[in-house]
Amino acid sequence: MEHSHVKIRDHLRETRIFTGRVIFAGVGVVILITVIIARMAYLQIASHEHFTTLSQNNRVSIVPVAPTRGLIFDRNGEVLAQNLPSFSLELVPEKIDDVDATIEELKSIVALSDDDIKQFHKSRRHSRAFQSLPLRFRLDEAEVARFSVRQHQFPGVSIEARLMREYPHGALGVHALGYVGRINEAELKVLDVADYNGTSHIGKTGVEKFYEDVLHGSVGFKKIESNARGRILRVLEEERPIPGQNIFLSLDAHVQQVAEKALTDRRGAVVAIETKTGGVIALASMPGFDPNPFVNGIDQKSYRALASSLDRPLFNRAIKGRYPPGSTLKPFVGLAGLEYDIVTTGMKIPCRGWYQLSNDEHKYRDWKREGHGSLTLLGAIRESCDVYFYDLALNLGIDRIAQFNAQFGFGKTTGIDIYGETSGLLPSREWKRRAKHESWYPGETLITGIGQGFNVTSPIQLAVGTAILANYGLHFKPRLVYATQQSGQKDLQYLDPEIIGTVPVLDKANWDYMINSMKKVVHSNRGTARKIGHDAPYKIAGKTGTAQVFGIAQDAEYDQENLEDHLRDHALFIAFAPVESPEIAVAVIVENGESGGGVAAPIARKVLDAYLVNRNKKKHG
Amino acid sequence: MARSALSQGFENQPKAGAAGFFQTVHIDWPLMTGIVALSLFGLMILYSASGENWNTMTRQIIWLCIAFIVMFFTAQIPPHHLEFWAPWVFGLGLFFLVLVLLVGDVGKGAQRWLNFGLFRFQPSEMMKFAVPMMVAWYMASKPLPPSGKRILIALLIILVPVGLIAKQPDLGTSLLVGSAGLFVLLFTGLSWFLIGGFMVLLAAIAPVVWFFYMHDYQRQRVLTFLNPENDPLGSGYHIIQSKIAIGSGGLYGKGWLNGTQSQLDFLPERSTDFIFAVYAEEFGLVGVLGLLAIYLYIVFRGLVIANQAQSSFGRLLAGSLVLTFVVYIVVNIGMVSGLLPVVGVPLPLISYGGTSLVTLMIAFGLLMSIQTHRKLLTS
Repeated sequence: MEHSHVKIRDHLRETRIFTGRVIFAGVGVVILITVIIARMAYLQIASHEHFTTLSQNNRVSIVPVAPTRGLIFDRNGEVLAQNLPSFSLELVPEKIDDVDATIEELKSIVALSDDDIKQFHKSRRHSRAFQSLPLRFRLDEAEVARFSVRQHQFPGVSIEARLMREYPHGALGVHALGYVGRINEAELKVLDVADYNGTSHIGKTGVEKFYEDVLHGSVGFKKIESNARGRILRVLEEERPIPGQNIFLSLDAHVQQVAEKALTDRRGAVVAIETKTGGVIALASMPGFDPNPFVNGIDQKSYRALASSLDRPLFNRAIKGRYPPGSTLKPFVGLAGLEYDIVTTGMKIPCRGWYQLSNDEHKYRDWKREGHGSLTLLGAIRESCDVYFYDLALNLGIDRIAQFNAQFGFGKTTGIDIYGETSGLLPSREWKRRAKHESWYPGETLITGIGQGFNVTSPIQLAVGTAILANYGLHFKPRLVYATQQSGQKDLQYLDPEIIGTVPVLDKANWDYMINSMKKVVHSNRGTARKIGHDAPYKIAGKTGTAQVFGIAQDAEYDQENLEDHLRDHALFIAFAPVESPEIAVAVIVENGESGGGVAAPIARKVLDAYLVNRNKKKHG
Repeated sequence: MARSALSQGFENQPKAGAAGFFQTVHIDWPLMTGIVALSLFGLMILYSASGENWNTMTRQIIWLCIAFIVMFFTAQIPPHHLEFWAPWVFGLGLFFLVLVLLVGDVGKGAQRWLNFGLFRFQPSEMMKFAVPMMVAWYMASKPLPPSGKRILIALLIILVPVGLIAKQPDLGTSLLVGSAGLFVLLFTGLSWFLIGGFMVLLAAIAPVVWFFYMHDYQRQRVLTFLNPENDPLGSGYHIIQSKIAIGSGGLYGKGWLNGTQSQLDFLPERSTDFIFAVYAEEFGLVGVLGLLAIYLYIVFRGLVIANQAQSSFGRLLAGSLVLTFVVYIVVNIGMVSGLLPVVGVPLPLISYGGTSLVTLMIAFGLLMSIQTHRKLLTS
């Protein structure tokens, strides 16, 4: 082996071999280049369209542009809900290497609560990494300035100016108005995702929720070209969003304010309705709360304070509150007596302070221990005699009471344009059988006749019932919104008042009589609400009521002094005015207020004044 | 007389000097033409790929000047001097390679650089010509084709630097260095039987290399190559975006400076390893064919030079350098177009970067030296 290779070089052979190898290499090169060309042709010709699409998708993205939410005005054009520019600190998680460290660092620039961070992480779980997520809302100017200076140190973090819902009057009318909040998971499942692309907030309660469709508008989009880091380079195409419509409430901010002020430090509700349209003039539930912190997620501590408060500020008493109507039901029962010819206007019934069924030991007491003496229906309404109504109810029977009262909306939801109202309870034989599997007892008819027992009404129901009475049977659906307005236009689109039905008037004189009786409640020396009548510049028809919170044992004395506050009777008052041509009907309930005439009626008077007197002042002044 | 002679001398000397320069200076003008054309082409592509960054352009132009000067001086060295110095160059390179593993600078997760204070130096680059020189020297010292024992020794000469480079780790360079050495063997007239056997052996040791010698990131690269869509935002991103760039270029391309993939930053490493995708996107298949034509011209001129070389050393070295150049092209375009796994191999004379440029130009200088120092039989 070794030996054979030490021989002399054969240059010719080496050259020949080498040339062969060079040719081989040349052929190899051509083959390789051909493979490359084939690959290029495959990519650039055969798959060209596919890759063009991918390249377009890379570069062009469609970004939703959220519409501006419609504004909410009161009946006089006062802004109740508006959109204010607000600066928020936003993070794009994808562009941040260490989100936690960045947040930690940001703490030195802007105030960040644990809640902010928790909320951020929560929304992070439900979004894609490239989406910009708010960490803090409502930065103040100093914070914006501090961050702007150091922005370059925080890639992926930016300050965004957004329009934020703001309620300039704070807690005023919150239970009617409601508020918006960040869209939650449950809402995400039911709403039109395409239309809410880019929208972060949605109506949670009140008008904000009920008229969500009207207020929201339609989403627009921008076709944008962006680079690999998501920076927007230019807008290729744009379709502007259609802003939400403005909404005009029949609510009168001034009257609302008066109502809420009158209820200060109490728990209760006031509902005032324009009798001729059903428009809600005031819908107060006290205590209330400021909706503004809810817009971007209220912090846990404040929320817990609100939610666990015994006064239940978050609870909308005006539509959800379930109260026995007490004596405020008497005008309806009385009118039933007249219309069904059970009683006549001249007929008197003696009152000794109690009433007894023929085969029953039980004494049904009158609130006035010594009795009212002999009374006509007018007197019984004026002085709120219970015995009269025990007798009347017994003669009417539960069926007719239920049937008649149902015409005034009791036992049904009123259909007001906010969600969550209670239907109350209109007791009847049929109801009792269904709900309690028991037959009806005559004693129950008695206490039903004075608005106690199983009777449950909400303040809005009482107000609607009162308005029907004032309207001689015409039943308008109560509603908060009376008009909408396209953004940027002057004209309003009025919503026609909706008539639900009419209570048949068998004899108008009966209604006149009942209304007159209610007028005497306020405008006579013996009326239970005479306190508010003597100086009223207009005539009021009203009815006081007190509703027992708990039953008093037989023979026991209702002891005001020693009763715990929350066990005291609720004070109620219903009214409409002016009597001659009613414009406004009011229902007032003061929880544990004890006296319909003493506590609830003055509140109603203030509301009536605010509406009737101040409005006229405005008109003439 | 004296006056006329003087004047004549004055008149003639520059002429004679210029003609003399072109005749005496050792530059292969056909090859030079291709290289200059490619360089200018490269600058045009880099202008777009760098996002019209004049800072990058200036640096690349300076590197090009340096590289051309280095090439020029390399070309002036006669091949027998190169042959004489080959073992010393190789030895020095090996020394640097060991040194880099001991005291080298770390960059991008690999230890590749030697810091000499004034400049940083990548010894593995030097091996791209040192290894073929050494193998060619060793092979040319005895008649060819070589014996089995000499082949084994040659393989050892190749394997030691390749192993050291792979350990840095730098897969791309070790691949180029290894193939440069093996190409020398190919040109020695190694029997086809041995070449086939060697291929089988390579296939057999591939799994061993996979499991014992590859780093996680290298394995990841290979896996990503096999299925880039598995990890579209991670390591597969490069290949996917690069394919999108090339494919969306179509037949005629999107136009110079108009490639959306590259100009909008979707393409990573767009001025270095992935510059071909920028070019393919903006100039389309037509442009790609034009570029490949220039490359082929250079390659075939190189093969001609190799074939005309008079010494065994010159032939082997020239042949190996030309094929290594081909490996650059094929591996780079193959990786950018998704045919090969991502290994850090630049597109020769076009990718941004000075070190590989200088190495390449040294190789061209060597080719020119081999071509221009022939003793022509016919004058």
